[in-house]
Amino acid sequence: MSEETKKTKIGYYPGCAITKCSTSEEYGTSVLGVSRVIGPELVEIDDWNCCGASSGHATNHKLSTALSVRNISLAEKDGYDEVLAPCPMCSQRLIVSQDDVEKDEKLREEVEDAIEMPISNNVKVSNYLEIVKNYSMDEIAEKQKKKPEGLKVASYYGCLLVRPPKILKFDDPEDPKTMDEIVTAIGAEAVDWEFKTSCCGGGFTLSRTDVVVKLTNDILEGAADAGANAIAVACPMCHANLDMKQNNIEKETGRRFNIPIVYISELIGLALGLNPKDLGMDKHFIDTGSVINAFSNIEK
Amino acid sequence: MSKKIGVFVCHCGTNISATVDVEKVAEEAKKNNPGVSYTTTYKYMCSDPGQKLLRDKIKEEGLDGVVVAACSPKMHEHTFRNASKKAGMNPYHVEISNLREQCSWVHPDKPTGTEKSVDLVRMMTEKTRKDKSLNPIKVPVTRKALVIGGGIAGIQAALDIADAGQEVIMVEREPSIGGHMAQLSETFPTLDCSQCIMTPKMVELAQHENIKLYTWSEIESVDGYIGNFDIKIRMKARSVDLDLCTGCSSCWQVCPCKKIKSEFDMGLGNRTAIYVPFPQAIPSKPVIDRENCILFKDARKRNIKPNDSKVCRKCLDSCPIAPVKAIDYNQVDEIVSEKVGAIVVATGYKELDDTSMYGEYGAGKYKDVITGLQFERLASASGPTEGEIQRPSDGKVPEIIVFIQCVGSRDPAKGCSYCSKTCCMYTAKHTMLYKHKVHDGHAFVFYIDIRCAGKDYEEFSMRAIEEEGATYLRGRVSRIYKKGDKLVVLGADTLTGSAVEIEADMVVLASAMKAQDDAEKFAQRLSIQYNKDKFLSEIHPKLKPVESSSAGIFLAGTCQGPKDIPETVAQAGAAASKVLALLSADELEREPVIAKVDRLPAPIFSTCIGCFYCQRVCPYGAIESEDIKARDGSTIKTVARVNEGLCQGCGLCAATCRSKSVELAGFNDEQVYAEINSVEFN
Repeated sequence: MSEETKKTKIGYYPGCAITKCSTSEEYGTSVLGVSRVIGPELVEIDDWNCCGASSGHATNHKLSTALSVRNISLAEKDGYDEVLAPCPMCSQRLIVSQDDVEKDEKLREEVEDAIEMPISNNVKVSNYLEIVKNYSMDEIAEKQKKKPEGLKVASYYGCLLVRPPKILKFDDPEDPKTMDEIVTAIGAEAVDWEFKTSCCGGGFTLSRTDVVVKLTNDILEGAADAGANAIAVACPMCHANLDMKQNNIEKETGRRFNIPIVYISELIGLALGLNPKDLGMDKHFIDTGSVINAFSNIEK
Repeated sequence: MSKKIGVFVCHCGTNISATVDVEKVAEEAKKNNPGVSYTTTYKYMCSDPGQKLLRDKIKEEGLDGVVVAACSPKMHEHTFRNASKKAGMNPYHVEISNLREQCSWVHPDKPTGTEKSVDLVRMMTEKTRKDKSLNPIKVPVTRKALVIGGGIAGIQAALDIADAGQEVIMVEREPSIGGHMAQLSETFPTLDCSQCIMTPKMVELAQHENIKLYTWSEIESVDGYIGNFDIKIRMKARSVDLDLCTGCSSCWQVCPCKKIKSEFDMGLGNRTAIYVPFPQAIPSKPVIDRENCILFKDARKRNIKPNDSKVCRKCLDSCPIAPVKAIDYNQVDEIVSEKVGAIVVATGYKELDDTSMYGEYGAGKYKDVITGLQFERLASASGPTEGEIQRPSDGKVPEIIVFIQCVGSRDPAKGCSYCSKTCCMYTAKHTMLYKHKVHDGHAFVFYIDIRCAGKDYEEFSMRAIEEEGATYLRGRVSRIYKKGDKLVVLGADTLTGSAVEIEADMVVLASAMKAQDDAEKFAQRLSIQYNKDKFLSEIHPKLKPVESSSAGIFLAGTCQGPKDIPETVAQAGAAASKVLALLSADELEREPVIAKVDRLPAPIFSTCIGCFYCQRVCPYGAIESEDIKARDGSTIKTVARVNEGLCQGCGLCAATCRSKSVELAGFNDEQVYAEINSVEFN
């Protein structure tokens, strides 16, 4: 691979949630669709495996670290300097594991032994917002075909994109701005609201539905009260809780929201004039029609 | 002629003798060490009979060198040197062999401890053989003190020194003296009005015949050493002539720039561009804020002299002083020189204002999340609301206030691990002030621990809880967000193990006391040590609490660490008494254990090569440069010289010197090598 092509190619790590035919397929589809128009070129890492999240890191630290680190070592073997993991659970696991083996020599040796590959930690793992901000802001401006009208977006980061701040070092952990910048760049209004990094309840959606209903309701209420007519997310888990649970919450609390929950990649895709269906926007529980219809061609 | 050395081994009760066979140490000292003519042991060498024994034996045995094998030289070197001086010996022929801290206390095994002690005594005996007589250095003293900072610490120190008859120069960088104490509404634990007890002191200071006051002035440089400091003071251009101005107020009444945030009111109130920070200010004469005044802005933009700008001259026109007006737009900074013998640093603290550190509390984003000092201004009769508790956003009287303690304190995750010490008390005070003014109001306090140690302090905080009905919740607040016109405070009550959600009208953060922004730079300029939090360090935390690491410079108040008013005043008094002791004589005696850069006859003059590495390592700024000149006045070479007044004898320069040109008196190479060479390695 020449230096030139290597620079523009980024290793793509889908993870279980957004890979083809999975529950949040539309996030992956839209990320890839958008990258085909504005770059950078994303190439799936060969033979990737689970990032070691959830049951992995809750039960066996060494196992989950080894699972994570193997993906990074594979990326390095394929010659990538940077890896995109659009799911924040994945990006957080990959980065924290890198940090763990950096700080713990013994763990590093054990993990190298387990994955049968050396660990060099030279690969930078990025989340989707970082990739867009670092590579694509100019391209969006250049290739934008549609602009939204009256679209007020609450940017919802959730917990994993910014925490733990000491390790992830991404944006202001209390008041992140990157997604708001992207929303503003495509011409939508980024509303100032209070729940950008509040917890959605995450994986407790089945075991402690009562807690998740309360937390997710706070977020939906916060967005609605701030005047938002859409919530942008960059996390499959957040999406599931806000989108899939929205009807249940409405039934429990009696307040009707009907707020479409869209991936930030879908919003970029709409701005680039991509077909909503190709972006997976028909796969949502809450109808995304109002968001799609807000976009109209820019007259040149 | 070889020395006759006496070795005195101390039992220190059983502190030494339990782990060291002292008799054997004495015996070995006499047997193996040339020059040792007398040895003995004694139960407590530091006791009166112990010292008498030392004195008597010096005389009887004709000793001209003494090794006392006892505790650390930090404890009793002085005692034994004094005793030998009384016996007619030069005290610098006395050496201490530390058998306690460096042997018996750290070794459990008696044979090994004894063996090591024998070595330690031999080392010191060898050093003593090379000891030379040294004589104390006499330094003249300028009988005048400088107090830097005009808050309560500086005011107290200045008054105490001046009342004792010595001259004082006070330098304050703000337009008025008074400091933070002048901003407070009431003071704990008595709830007396802060200004009522503060302003009489301010007036007394201003009128004191022994005190010269420089306000709106900063320390430009400090040179010299204990007893003889040369100070340069920058008198910042006030744009107002202090001699002519009568403080009549006509100028600030006509000033059109009325929306400048008042520093004194912590940004809650406004002031004009020409202003007196508060009604009781001293001097009660205005200053022009050149950053915000439209005339100066215009002059800067057009690059002309301020007086040539005609944008606004309302203050000048309104000034009734004739024939020369008291306002001078073209005034420039002035540098004045002063000589003083001692310095009191009382530069105070800064309230934590880095709101980015607490983004989760919305400080800086929500108007109704305020700091402790802001609440003081709200509660103060001279404040922006004339003492009515009104929240900043809409002036509504808050029905529920949440107070959060330890904001910026005891929070290692945010890089500040220390306790600010005053916040528990001032928060209890705030809840009381609030309840006294808003009877139906409810105060919630989130705390980690309640630390109210002090006379009448515990009773005071209990009064807030039991009599005034403040609800104390033990736990931290995780987040504050806005909902309508309320602030939703999410926190934990760790005593009941439950999550707490309070809809408050206002939130008061008990913000930490931080070191001044420029504390580090200032400390370096004065060669004072400071800690990781940039608070200035005392030389000994228990026994020398007001002395800085630079001789002749003393510390008072919160520049040294968070403290409340009673403690600040006590420390200022202590600093003043140290200054007075220093200024009590015309001359000052100093330890002769200092470094010296060699001087040799021509044509070498000095082996110093002038690299000045010594200057870089000296913590006291004691290394100067000297030009060695030929008869025709031309410079032959530039070499280092040690300032005797500043040198503290730490020896860093001697250790650093590449050409071995620096010698530390009492610790020269010959002495130290003799010590090392006497150790038997096996």
